[in-house]
Amino acid sequence: MNLNEMLSYGFMQRALIGGSLIAILCSVLGVFLVLRRLSLIGDGLAHVTFGSVALALFFRLHSVYMTLSIIPVVLASALGILKLAQKARIYGDAAIGMVSAIGIATGVMLASVAGGFNIDLFSYLFGNILSISSSELAIAAVLFFIVIAGVIMFYNELFASTFDEELAKSSGLNTDRINTVLVLLTALTVVLAMKVVGIMLISALLILPAVSALQIAKGFKAAIISAAGIGVATVICGISLSFVMNLPTGATIVLINFGVFLCSFAARTLLRHH
Amino acid sequence: MKDKALSVRNLCAGYHGTEVLQDISFNVNAGDYVGICGPNGSGKSTLIKIILQLLAPTSGEVSLLGTPQASFRDWHKIGYLPQGLQFFNPHFPATVDEVIRLGRLSAKKFPRRFNRDDAWAVDRTMEWMGISHIRGAMIGELSGGLRQRVLLARALVNDPALLVMDEPTTALDPETRESFYKLIFEMNREKQCTVLLVTHDTATIGKYASHLLYLDKKVVFYGSFDDFCASDEMTGFFGEHGQHLVCHRH
Repeated sequence: MNLNEMLSYGFMQRALIGGSLIAILCSVLGVFLVLRRLSLIGDGLAHVTFGSVALALFFRLHSVYMTLSIIPVVLASALGILKLAQKARIYGDAAIGMVSAIGIATGVMLASVAGGFNIDLFSYLFGNILSISSSELAIAAVLFFIVIAGVIMFYNELFASTFDEELAKSSGLNTDRINTVLVLLTALTVVLAMKVVGIMLISALLILPAVSALQIAKGFKAAIISAAGIGVATVICGISLSFVMNLPTGATIVLINFGVFLCSFAARTLLRHH
Repeated sequence: MKDKALSVRNLCAGYHGTEVLQDISFNVNAGDYVGICGPNGSGKSTLIKIILQLLAPTSGEVSLLGTPQASFRDWHKIGYLPQGLQFFNPHFPATVDEVIRLGRLSAKKFPRRFNRDDAWAVDRTMEWMGISHIRGAMIGELSGGLRQRVLLARALVNDPALLVMDEPTTALDPETRESFYKLIFEMNREKQCTVLLVTHDTATIGKYASHLLYLDKKVVFYGSFDDFCASDEMTGFFGEHGQHLVCHRH
């Protein structure tokens, strides 16, 4: 199958556009999360998404309605993680673990009580970007612009508080507000990424392009741009390869990302020796 | 009469029921260079963090550059260099000029965009500090001394009226430490910037600071280094060899 034939399908066009938008968001936010050692917040919020999807299926909500209904739940959980870490004297990783476990338990409980939608729920665990509809793509585009606008507006503050929170605070920056913005943007991105790689692999899309970029980037802005580039390239390659070879899309994207990470790690090691 | 750069009145602070600072009061005039010394756990870092509003006191008042701390908004007039390099992630992907430019954020309002004036201020500070040649280098790849110079440049990029440093030379070798102290001394004289420097190195800071604040949960001594050397407090803390070890007097 040649490239023109592949691109002539409407579902492939939607998948490539939607996948690229989501890859940019995951990669850009991933750089901030990895450097703040908050990488696993993506995993925690993904598990909350699992519970929210089960809840939506329980109420027979599908497609766009499902996406719109799970957004407030995941946003509230993101704020819950922050508040638990700030107010309840719980370390951040423990707060993520708590919220994550509650999300999974809710999903399993609902699936068991309601029955009948286990197959639907399973499809969300591993995602299928090829099935993205025009209305879902429109929602993805709107959320993309919201998240990107948030990152651009808070870019310098996010950079300063990621470099060192105490220094940022001593400069008069409101670091609590910046942390809230970051987790809310991450929550929106996780909901979108569920469609591309599935709930099980969301954290990979947040972490892998970022860590690959951090191996080779010379500067913070360069790291953000490189991560976005790697994210888009690997998602496009993953979607195309999975279509041509009939492979699971999410897993293909993640494994290509891992290959890129190995290459960038090798490149860095070689450059160091020279 | 000189303006007051800092005024601390009846300050008390503690953690989990343990009092760390007890009724601290002192004034710092504009242009002074104050070395803050004292044994471990004497409350030096806690005092600095309260001055910078990173911690809240249990009681007392702080005024910064003549303004009560609660209504103080001119954070760009205060530069801060934190303790040693302990906070630093050596793999952080930032270049030297990116790090120094971050110091300009405190003077900006949301959405805090940089402009040509910021680029000019960064260039001028790097030139003054003698680090223009490493502007594109990654901060994690620099030696401890150079990295500390870069972080000092970040603290100085707004030409602050008050520079606060918390044990800035902890991770440096003796030679680098000495040149760092000299640099701060020159900056204090040339730019008339008020300096507060926390250190364990009472003997070295005595060569450069105009005043010494000796803390041990409360103010043990506050005055000139010469007066400190002649005081009973110095002998009380450092013993009879103190004149030789701390004041370099025989």
